[in-house]
Amino acid sequence: MLEFLKQPWPWYISGPLIGLTVPVLLIIGNKSFGISSSLRHICASCIPSNIPFFKYDWKKEVWNLFFVAGIFLGGLIAAHYLSNPEPVKVNPKLVNELAAYGVTHYDNLVPQDLMNWQSLFTLKGFILMVVGGFLVGFGTRYAGGCTSGHAIMGLSNLQWPSLIATICFMIGGFIMANLFLPLILSL
Amino acid sequence: MQNRETNTDFEVRSLDTGCINESKLQHQWYHNIKYLIVGLLFGIVFVKAEVISWFRIQEMFRLQSFHMYGIIGSAILVGMLSVFLIKKFNIKTIYGEPIILSPKKFNKGQIYGGLIFGFGWALTGACPGPLFAQIGTGATVIIVTLLSAVAGTWVYGWLREKLPH
Repeated sequence: MLEFLKQPWPWYISGPLIGLTVPVLLIIGNKSFGISSSLRHICASCIPSNIPFFKYDWKKEVWNLFFVAGIFLGGLIAAHYLSNPEPVKVNPKLVNELAAYGVTHYDNLVPQDLMNWQSLFTLKGFILMVVGGFLVGFGTRYAGGCTSGHAIMGLSNLQWPSLIATICFMIGGFIMANLFLPLILSL
Repeated sequence: MQNRETNTDFEVRSLDTGCINESKLQHQWYHNIKYLIVGLLFGIVFVKAEVISWFRIQEMFRLQSFHMYGIIGSAILVGMLSVFLIKKFNIKTIYGEPIILSPKKFNKGQIYGGLIFGFGWALTGACPGPLFAQIGTGATVIIVTLLSAVAGTWVYGWLREKLPH
């Protein structure tokens, strides 16, 4: 059983499990699935700075911070007890493309050739981690949700604004991955 | 309280005038442990499905693998079916409250913000949830990415009134 769990899980097992988060959160406490709002609660609790957007009763939303703390612990447990010793298997075309940029290690889910403490102080690492992180935080809040809040929760509830948001997430990702990322990785 | 017209953020019900999806019940803090446990299981799925892998996200945006599309697609189908069943059978919460879902209203932020998030998603290979799981797996440098995302959220809050919505 444990050996089975250590394998990478196929999409038809993991996707439905992720989808089940929607009814589970609704049934255990009337909570709508959404993760990016945790970033807003962190701002509201630590650095509200008299900005109206952060002046609300964040303690009422503290469940969301427990939820993301759980995701952190889940990552910790999965990496220590359920980890797969094999490198991530990806499309050979991607392997070839990334090899040209010196990305050859697939042992971690995060590319260790690109994202590590040393590379943080290079232009490439700074763009990937710091600029990328900033765009994730800014963009999700501007859009009013992320993959969980819009793509999964919003579409589950048949909300067309969430469909527009999801399409824009994908368009942005396609543009960045195919047009700009090759230039950034060449730095 | 802001009124509904200007509130363009749908994940935080405490800003909605009606607070319609907010549980009215007051609970001790330890009731939140159940969200920690759901998050924990969710985080394990994230790692085991390789959803938090930068490589998997690059494959997705290059149409080189069905994996991520299968995950997101089947998650949405299961979510849709669940919401349909909850509505059809008037399923209540474990505390006996009716489940109410708030509708989302369109604003241009979903386009501009959506594109900006898409750029960030392809760079970091992570949406907000996976950032927490990646740190858990031992990629400590992602703490910087997470702090930067918090900074991005803060700057959005700061500039919000000046941005087109």
